[in-house]
This record gives sequence, C-alpha cells and structure tokens, in this order.
Amino acid sequence: MSAQTIDADYNFGYLDEQTKRMIRRALLKAVAIPGYQVPFGSREMPLARGWGTGGIQITAALIGPEDTLKVIDQGADDTTNAVSIRRFFARVAGVKTTEKTNEATLIQTRHRIPEYPLSKGQILVYQVPQPEPLRKVESSEVETRKMHAWSEYGAMHVRLYEDIARYGRVATSYSYPVMVNDRYVMSPTPIPKFDNPKMDHMPALQLFGAGREKRIYAVPPFTKVKSLDFEDYPFEVQKWNEPCALCGARGSYLDEVITDDRGGRMFVCSDSSYCEDRRDAGHTGTQIDWAKDKAYLDPNPDEAA
Amino acid sequence: MSTIKNRLSVDENAPILTATALTRLYGERVGCRDVSFSLWPGEVLGIVGESGSGKSTLLRCLAGQDRPTSGTIALNFDGVPINLFDISEPMRRQLMRTKWGIVHQNPRDGLRMDVSAGGNIGERLMDRGDRHYGKIRSSALDWLSRVEIETNRVDDYPRQFSGGMQQRLQLARVLVPEPKLVFMDEPTGGLDVSVQARLLDLLRVLVRDLGIAAIIVTHDLAVARLLTDRLMVMKDGAVVEEGLTDQVLDDPHHAYTQLLTSAVLAA
Ligand SMILES: Nc1ncnc2c1ncn2[C@@H]1O[C@H](COP(=O)(O)OP(=O)(O)OP(=O)(O)O)[C@@H](O)[C@H]1O
Ligand SMILES: [Mg+2]
Ligand SMILES: [Zn+2]
Repeated sequence: MSAQTIDADYNFGYLDEQTKRMIRRALLKAVAIPGYQVPFGSREMPLARGWGTGGIQITAALIGPEDTLKVIDQGADDTTNAVSIRRFFARVAGVKTTEKTNEATLIQTRHRIPEYPLSKGQILVYQVPQPEPLRKVESSEVETRKMHAWSEYGAMHVRLYEDIARYGRVATSYSYPVMVNDRYVMSPTPIPKFDNPKMDHMPALQLFGAGREKRIYAVPPFTKVKSLDFEDYPFEVQKWNEPCALCGARGSYLDEVITDDRGGRMFVCSDSSYCEDRRDAGHTGTQIDWAKDKAYLDPNPDEAA
Repeated sequence: MSTIKNRLSVDENAPILTATALTRLYGERVGCRDVSFSLWPGEVLGIVGESGSGKSTLLRCLAGQDRPTSGTIALNFDGVPINLFDISEPMRRQLMRTKWGIVHQNPRDGLRMDVSAGGNIGERLMDRGDRHYGKIRSSALDWLSRVEIETNRVDDYPRQFSGGMQQRLQLARVLVPEPKLVFMDEPTGGLDVSVQARLLDLLRVLVRDLGIAAIIVTHDLAVARLLTDRLMVMKDGAVVEEGLTDQVLDDPHHAYTQLLTSAVLAA
C-alpha cells in the first residue's frame, strides 16, 4: 500500500507535541523497568470505544514519516478496526502502511503476535484492555501496587492452582500471566497463550498501552519473559490436530471458521497475512479449492469495499 | 506442662518477642498504655479483660498491623534480633506471611472466600515460593485432615463450609507454613459452645504439637485456662496482673482480676 497525503488539519500523528513528549517519557520509563506499569495522562482519541486507545496513543507518539505501519486485529489485517486504524494513521501521519510483517517498522496489534518472527528495529505495540494481571486475585489498586513493589506473587499462582484443581490443567488460554525479567508479573493482554513464548527474548521492542486504565508498560528487546507455571505442570501452548486448511501450516495459531450452515467447519491461520504469504509461495491445505472463494472466509466482507 | 519444659530447653534463647512500654493512643483516648512483657518460644500467652480494656488494640500492635504511639517491639527469629517497626514494610509483610500468623475472629477476614479450601491453604506455601503443585496439594490435604475437615472437601469453597469448619480452615491456612508465632483475637468468638469446644481442643493440640508461641485474646476465662500457660489481665488499657494462668485464675491478687474470676464462677 502506498503513502497517502497527510491531512493538514491535524498535527503530525494527531496528538500535539506536548502529549507525545509526555507519552514518550512514560515509554522511556517503561523500557527502563521491564514489565512495570507506568501511569500516563491518557488522551481521548477519535476512535470507537471498546477498541481502546492506549496502543494507538503509543503509536501516535512514536510514528515518524519514514515508518511503515501494519495493524492487526485478532490476527487479521483486514477487519473493520484494523482497516480504520490504518486509514487513520495514513491520514494524520501520511505514513506507508503494509500487511507484510517484515516490511513494517511499527506494528499495532490487538490479540495476536504475528507468526513470522519479528526482528531487531521493529516495534510491536499492543492494545491493552486490562493491564493489571493481579486484578483477578486482588481488587484493591493500593494492594496490587504493593504486591508488585514487593514481588508478592503467591496469589497469582493460586489462580493456576485453582485451574489445575478444577480442570486438571491450567485452563487460562488468553492473557496468560508472565514474569518479565525475573521481576514483574505482567499481563500479555488478551493474546492467546500460544503467543507467549514469542515474547521471550524477542528482538523487537514490545510496548503496551492501556488507555482507559492509563498505563504503559514495555518489554525491551532480548528480555526474558516466562509464563507462570508449576514444576510438575509446565506451561504449554495450544495445539491442533490438523494443519491450516488453506496453507497447510503446522505450528501456527488456528481459528475455527464455520463454512456453511450445516455444521461445516475448518481451521485456518489466524494470521491472515502469514497464511496468504504461504499460499502465494505455493503451500496448500486440504481446503484450497474451496478457499479460492475468498469472500467466503472474510469475517467482514463489507470491508472489502 | 509441656510448654514450660519447652521453654526450659530453650532457656539460653532470647524471648521470641519483647514488648517495651507499648502505648497506643486514639487521640485523647487510651487504646493500651505502657505494656511490657516477653514471650518465649513455644509459650502460649493469654490476654483477658473486659470489653474495651485494650486487648485487640494491643494485639494489633504486636502483630504489626497497627503502629504503637510509643514503645518498641523486639523480635528474635533464628537468633536475628529486629525491631518490628524499624524494618521496612515489605520485610514486615514478609515476616507476617512466613514467620507468624494471624487468626481472625471472623473467618471471612482470614480466608479468600472465592478460592477453594485447598487454594486457601496452598496460598501461604506459594507465597514463600513453593512451585510444585503436587506437593502443595498434598500439604493442603494433610492440613485439612489435621483440622478435621474431610479431604474430599478440598475443592469446595469456604462459603460451602459451616462457621466452625471455616474457622478450622483458617487455622490450617495460618499454620501450614509452620509459623513460629501466632496471634489470635477471640478465635472461638462467633461459634456455638459445642463447636467452640471442638475448636479449642484442636487449637490446644496443634499449638502444643508444633511448639508454636501464641498470643490469644479472649474475654472467656475458660478458654484462657484451657489454652494458655501465662495470662495478662488488662483494664483501661493497662496490664493489672500477670502470671501463670492457673495461679492468676485460682489466686488472683488484683481486685479487678478477683472480680473477673468471680464473675465467671457466678455465671
Ligand atoms: N480505631 C479506634 N479508634 C478510636 N478508638 C479506638 C479504636 N479502636 C479501639 N479504640 C478504643 O480503644 C479502647 C480499647 O479498645 P479495644 O478494641 O482494644 O478493646 P478490647 O479489649 O479488644 O474490647 P472487646 O473485648 O470489646 O473486643 C476502647 O476505648 C476503644 O473505644
Ligand atoms: Mg477486641
Ligand atoms: Zn494458513
């Protein structure tokens, strides 16, 4: 996709320079203390509520004219949200946008980490609805701050204990808590736990923004990120019995897609750009003929317009 | 008495806790004043006195939950002397979760009501860094049976338990990390007499078996007689009499203690 002309009615990147400075300072602090939640003065953004604006504010504070932006929502580049955020930044910053992971310098994401490994120099910005991993075990903010300050994380393991006692395994499959740099317990946002191992020693910089809760946190490149577990119940990721029906990939995160109203279903890569790339390279899955009708698969067909 | 022997055998040891001139004022009002005493490892000390005499105030200060207006609390765990209110808050919290335990009168204050019985017991182990599910689970089961709760209730929530069971569960949660010192404020307060008797029996056995030092606040002299080695009698925030429990109860010297004991006999 090509660069668009910038809308002169807005400051570059939409936010004013003072706000960007404030966010960048919070980001610097966050990078200096991996996994620690830094408060920041969250601003209103002209976007639908519910998507959350923390990640978008980070992107707005960091983006420069030379950047190439990729936006993912639930793994896909072509959902309503992903498309409108891409358009937004094309308009207020005039930047290039892309769907290709390796072309992007900035990747704004909700709910997934791309399947292709990220590399040095890239920045992954996560959208965070609930930054506090301890919220489920402790409702008081004063208390959770103390628990972080003094590494009192026993209660966090109580959650895992309860899962194993009840289900025989840790049932938590999203927002699976991690320990960052052996110091802070952090919520990786609602990414599937499948993506957790990708965070560990990732060469790219990972930034997290929670707009409503006014928190920013970060994992600098090559930082240890360990999913919480027990010695006798080690952390495990989701597995599928079949490969992607479209590109035949094994070892990518698959979404179940309903194919008709007679109970037909198949599993396809949630990372749409990765899947397409593989198909372009000639990989096929069992459903390839059927899948040529791409509109059939598109979760938001009206977005194609 | 076994704890007296216990005490003799560790005679060279310093007291586990020494309070000096502890005073807690609430503005003009006296919570407790000028309280000094020592507690030795394995000893069970009772604090008795009428309502408003300052028992809970004193206990909260001793347990590090409330800062005294003046006075000091010196602790000695593993031969390392520390002053309770000189150390940092995280160290104090660390101590509170590992070296000592607090049994609340209302089990709701001491339990996580939305966590299973096993999780409640296991939390203290996970707090100190235990990360083996199987071992945590078997400690939880072991402690359930020690407090006489059927082990098949391990995954039930505290709200599915009776009041007496909740209190026994709280006891298990407090005792599982094998604290050196336990504080209890009216641990049998909210319970029926028959349920109380069973809990008292259990408390007595556990405290003696584990050799824990304990400070128990109660207004019930029968509870004091059953559980404690030594007794402090409080009135208007001050300690008016102190001694071995049987001596204080059978031969009270202070007029106020005489009144207290005779009131019980009359009742
Ligand atoms: N938070 C507080 N603020 C003001 N005064 C208090 C507070 N807590 C206790 N007091 C006062 O301190 C005195 C001692 O109270 P405390 O609760 O220690 O008594 P107690 O011996 O535990 O009584 P009870 O047997 O009824 O529990 C009382 O006069 C009480 O009113
Ligand atoms: Mg009281
Ligand atoms: Zn695929």
